[in-house]
Amino acid sequence: MMTILLLFLPLLAALVVLLGGSKHASSIALGLAVAELAVTAYAINVFQTEGPEAFYVFHTWIDSPKVSFHLGLDGLSLVMVILTNLLVPLIILSGFNRTIPNAKGYFSLILLMQFALVGVFMAMDGLLYYIFWEVALIPIYFIALRWGGHNRVAITLKFFIYTLAGSLLMLFGFIMLYWYNPEQSFDIRELYTMVISQENQSWLFWMFFLAFAIKIPIVPFHTWQADTYRESPTQGTMLLSGIMLKMGIYSLIRWLLPVLPLGVAKWGQLAMILCVIGIVYASIIALKQKNLKNLLAYSSVAHVGLIAAGIFALNIQGLQGSVVQMFAHGVNVVGLFFCADIIFNRTNTNEISELGGIRNLAPLFSTMFTIVVLGSIALPLTNGFIGEFLLLYGVYEYNVWLSVFAGLTIILGAAYMLRMFKKVMLGQPSSYVPEFPDLYWNEKIVLGVFVLIIFGMGIYPQPIFNLVEPVLQDILSHSIL
Amino acid sequence: MNTLIYTAGLGMVCLAMEILDLRKLLVPVILLGLAVIFGVNLMSWADSGPVIFAGLDMSSMLLVDHFSVAFNGVLIVAAAFLFAMSHDFYKDEQHHLSDYLTIIVFILCGAMVLTSYSNLVMMFLGIEIVSISLYILAGSRRHDLRSNEAGMKYFLMGSFASAVLLFGITLLYGASGSFKLTEIASYAATYGMDSPMFLVGSLLVVCAFLFKVAAVPFHFWSPDVYEGSPSLVTTLMATLVKVSFFAAFYRLMSSGFAGIDPHTSTILVIVAAATMIVGNLVALKQINFKRLLAYSGIAHAGYMLLAILSLKTNSASALLFYGATYILATIGAFAVALPVFSSTGKETIDAFDGLGRKKPFIAGMLTLSMLSLAGIPPLAGFLGKYYIFSEAIHNGYVAITLLAVITSIIGVYYYFKVILAMYTKAGEDTEIQFPMLYSIVGIICVALSILLGLWPGGLMGLL
Repeated sequence: MMTILLLFLPLLAALVVLLGGSKHASSIALGLAVAELAVTAYAINVFQTEGPEAFYVFHTWIDSPKVSFHLGLDGLSLVMVILTNLLVPLIILSGFNRTIPNAKGYFSLILLMQFALVGVFMAMDGLLYYIFWEVALIPIYFIALRWGGHNRVAITLKFFIYTLAGSLLMLFGFIMLYWYNPEQSFDIRELYTMVISQENQSWLFWMFFLAFAIKIPIVPFHTWQADTYRESPTQGTMLLSGIMLKMGIYSLIRWLLPVLPLGVAKWGQLAMILCVIGIVYASIIALKQKNLKNLLAYSSVAHVGLIAAGIFALNIQGLQGSVVQMFAHGVNVVGLFFCADIIFNRTNTNEISELGGIRNLAPLFSTMFTIVVLGSIALPLTNGFIGEFLLLYGVYEYNVWLSVFAGLTIILGAAYMLRMFKKVMLGQPSSYVPEFPDLYWNEKIVLGVFVLIIFGMGIYPQPIFNLVEPVLQDILSHSIL
Repeated sequence: MNTLIYTAGLGMVCLAMEILDLRKLLVPVILLGLAVIFGVNLMSWADSGPVIFAGLDMSSMLLVDHFSVAFNGVLIVAAAFLFAMSHDFYKDEQHHLSDYLTIIVFILCGAMVLTSYSNLVMMFLGIEIVSISLYILAGSRRHDLRSNEAGMKYFLMGSFASAVLLFGITLLYGASGSFKLTEIASYAATYGMDSPMFLVGSLLVVCAFLFKVAAVPFHFWSPDVYEGSPSLVTTLMATLVKVSFFAAFYRLMSSGFAGIDPHTSTILVIVAAATMIVGNLVALKQINFKRLLAYSGIAHAGYMLLAILSLKTNSASALLFYGATYILATIGAFAVALPVFSSTGKETIDAFDGLGRKKPFIAGMLTLSMLSLAGIPPLAGFLGKYYIFSEAIHNGYVAITLLAVITSIIGVYYYFKVILAMYTKAGEDTEIQFPMLYSIVGIICVALSILLGLWPGGLMGLL
């Protein structure tokens, strides 16, 4: 029952906001998103006492071909659901004090997106999962299309078709799995235990990997990303970078490793090398960026590259690190894009060369921005550190040389982030920033929560480990033969 | 059988109403009649005995089985949508109203023959009933040059295809000595591969069907005819007629040829591949909405050919589901397009410019229809595609299914051209008149598309 509530409350909220009119759309949306967060908090409570069995939902959906409405909430899913339901109210709150035309449509689409994301993280049936995965694409496409920047039409279409291409290959892969499965179903428990020949796994691997690699994105499938991040409205960018790309990483862990272990054994190393190339490549490109949002987009490519590399390391440290870092990166990158939005809101520019000297004008904003930046470059005691440390450790266990290159992300990350921070925040105020009002109330709350999470997770990350450890051990036991 | 008789009766009633000068009541009466016919059709689901008419056993001519009842049901619903839209579409042509509507009723009769024939003669009759009526309707705008062109083109090419079909039927008869599907099937099972006459005959019949469903390389008539015909006739051709031809094609392959022999299979794989590639690629360049949907219809024919290829596992229900979703999405799209065309006077994609701002609700309906055609979940079009792909893979057609997946990615691009026009272009300030019946049809189609996408149970796995 609670699983159903957790899943459908955002959908209901989206409808309510759509019918509620534009005037109070943001407040209604926020209220309902907070309600969803409260349900999540209650779900955590139940999870602690009763375990994942309390969330098991199973109904037959289509008899022939057999598809079931199978939802579940284990530790891994729970972490992702918490991340989603924590970020969405903050993302909505970040839209306060901004003029948004047709606000009811905007916030309704954000909540619809939340619905699809929660569905992706809880679906335990292949086709059901696929449907949520696709449904998540539609709201974000329309958010970027209707409320995006100047070049939005061509760029969002490229984004849509690029990601859909990957998805359809995955659908093809799922249908193949269905017929390989002697029980002929998409149920995750059967997919985990079924036996597929090495030959078939090795090409099925690419059907799934391409879909996830495009979504994450792993170099060289990243070309849609920076443009889309830049042209999307801020909340869209936050959804994309904070939660949507985590769909790809989550799916690597949940669907790729345990279902196609032989395929991963064969191609995992190549995937790992792609990830590491991506880390270095994206970091170097980030160094050269002139636009703040572009820089953040490429830094995101580098960070998620490391997360994916940790997954393909196929050891428990790498997997744990990837989950922790997914959570941390979700918080940090949303925080960073919000800071970029705060700057754009006051100066109308995101060109790094045109900014400067904001610290003197807005000390509170400056402090919070600093903390988010430090979290992003993985300073000890911030949330980024735990994850990156574990990830690098996992990659080190896999191959020393790869970990050396992957480790460059920390050095290069510090270089481009601090350089950016210096140019944007320090020095004398540039002509574009004659005045810079400090944070409004909603911005204070959003950034305040982020700062709390950054330190909270950095100092005491154990709860997340406790949640995901058994799931990851189980997945690992299916992935290593 | 009763379904067919009642439908023919409805056609007579329409003609009588013209004589009695009751044109105003025509559409309501037809809709009511279709509701009755739908009920009659529903009742014949359980009762699948031999067809007895006037004391004679007609089973060697028509065979009412679950396949025909299910397809008839879908066709009746499609026809009801078309008649509902015809009320406003033919508002300025009241004096021809009963002619047009009666012809459409008879097309429905022909389509029902096509879903339930058990004899090649009946199959030919069904095809001719539908085709000849369509030649008339395509050219029904007598003063419009393009409509004349469409009618003429369709007639010339269509009658050529009919001749090929007839020639094929003759050869089949010559080889097997019978028109009955059952006897042809038993002949095919014993001698089929060894008899050149039978093989040539079956090839000719298959080619004629490929022409009728507009598969590449027999598709050239379709964009011109779709573009030139009155828009409602285009809708009719793209939906009801196309699906009924596919039902007939499936019936022929499954009960007439007793499965697909390797030669036909190779031909159909090549044709399906070419159809999907050409349909999707050429659609990219279209600026006329009706031509766009013509090419999209060609592409969808390619996907439906996959269902015909997958005979071994009884893919009839996949074809039924796909046909139904395709009909719903296409009629949903035309229910928006027809009033937009008549208000703006244009039939190009830019007629939709700015519709998202002017009429957000209507634009939403067209968006959902386009998404369903593109096969995006949770709309029914997605499950239709999934079902067909799944069946094809199960039958071992992996490579062609992969091609189908790739071409359907291309498809997204041109469906989105329409959506982009509505939401990103400014457009002129023409007032769009949107009569109520169009909206009702559109809403029902879109709602059914969503419902079938969420609860496909009723239609999926029916056969």
